[in-house]
Amino acid sequence: MLMTKLKPKEELQSLLPEKVFILQCHGCGEVSFPEREADELTRELLDAGRATGVLTTDYICNPENLSLRLERRKAMIDEAEGVLVLSCGVGVQTVSGALDGKSVYAGCDTVRLPGFQGVTPLEYDCGQCGQCYLSLTGGICPITACSKSLVNGQCGGAKNGRCEVDPDMECGWERILRRLEAVGRLDVLKCPTQIRNFAADADASR
Amino acid sequence: MKITELFDRGEFVVSAEVGPPKGFHIDGLIEGAKAHLGGITAVNVTDNQSSVMRLGSLATCKALLDAGLTPIYQLTCRDRNRIALQSDILSAAMFGIENILCLTGDHTRLGDHPGAKPVFDLDSVSLLHTVCRLESGVDLGGNPLVGEPPKFAKGAVVSPCSDSVDAQLAKMERKVLAGCEFFQTQAVFEPEKFIAFMERAKQFGKPVQLGVIIPKGAAMCRYMNNNVAGVHVPDEMLNELAADKERAKAGITGVEIAARVIRECRPYCQGVHIMALGWEAKVPALLEQAGI
Repeated sequence: MLMTKLKPKEELQSLLPEKVFILQCHGCGEVSFPEREADELTRELLDAGRATGVLTTDYICNPENLSLRLERRKAMIDEAEGVLVLSCGVGVQTVSGALDGKSVYAGCDTVRLPGFQGVTPLEYDCGQCGQCYLSLTGGICPITACSKSLVNGQCGGAKNGRCEVDPDMECGWERILRRLEAVGRLDVLKCPTQIRNFAADADASR
Repeated sequence: MKITELFDRGEFVVSAEVGPPKGFHIDGLIEGAKAHLGGITAVNVTDNQSSVMRLGSLATCKALLDAGLTPIYQLTCRDRNRIALQSDILSAAMFGIENILCLTGDHTRLGDHPGAKPVFDLDSVSLLHTVCRLESGVDLGGNPLVGEPPKFAKGAVVSPCSDSVDAQLAKMERKVLAGCEFFQTQAVFEPEKFIAFMERAKQFGKPVQLGVIIPKGAAMCRYMNNNVAGVHVPDEMLNELAADKERAKAGITGVEIAARVIRECRPYCQGVHIMALGWEAKVPALLEQAGI
């Protein structure tokens, strides 16, 4: 099981661009989603004229369904500077993978809960770390895409773009850098030094 | 002595590197360092280099200090969490160690205990940040330190000949923002790549020591080309080493190559860092040939 919780308002304010398209995933049965808080945030952004459109749906981790849904809302997405995704970390990464040249912002933190882990096998993996970094890393998870789960950039171990631990795996930070360049967000690399909070999931599950 | 004081005075800073043994008898290392590295500014001590378990970097630094040398304490994030790292940093300060080099560390999978848990609670950037926090008198948990806080010359590494030089520069900038005061580089065999890198890196305004390995032979270079990230020995150098095996084995060719690299890169950097990998005895000859 996993649980998503909305990021604190201050954190979201510091992350979000002026105009966003909002994508809410009301999820699968395995995910506990903060519907009320997400609706509240959506309403606030709409009232402030900062939302170019809203899509409330489920199973955004299904890439084919997702692409169809996004295609229908292309104009609204194009109008926005970025897409705010309110879902688990897999959902955010699926949206990022489906959108070329558009920044994706994670509005939720994903926290691990004991028990059944979901049904959709995907290349996207969420570490359920409880402090989602996807807004700072081009929608590619540094916890699962980097062998060392580094949150402050590439180590010196990549050779020909491959990870030092597993030559079959591309260096996660090279992917992140490429993506940030493609969406014009290399500036986020100058964010403050990140330090993980290994108590984040325990704090949230209380 | 903090090596940053020398950079500030505009000196060309020379350091070399020693790797502690797999055992606790250190007399040989100390004697070797005194004999061959006594004339240089500082000596790096590696921290379980390549994830191979050895005698500790901190204890070896203390032994070098007692022998009258200036150690640079290499500290990686692979084996210790933030509590152990901060504790070791304070221990280093107590011993009078003044230079610290902050690294992420190779993955445990690459070493001689591949089943060990890789820690990486912090990384090179957050470790630099942590040293700065301690220097401000507060630990990472926000608790005040008792007494005067420690003060170090804080360094880190960068890989100028990496095939992802943009990623390296981005990381270098994060290290500078986190408080890094000097850099040592991965071994350079391609001066033109290093010079191009320095053109871009000089914007950060931090001194950079050119990393140098004395190549021991063509086989070693081919191994590095295939396995060591950020290191590439060009074909001409490989051919040079292969042309006369006896000369290469005696270290004559390797010292010539390394000295040439230093001479070509010297105008673009603020020092040199020699990773002798057991050939510490050749360091004086190398420096002489390089004109340092």
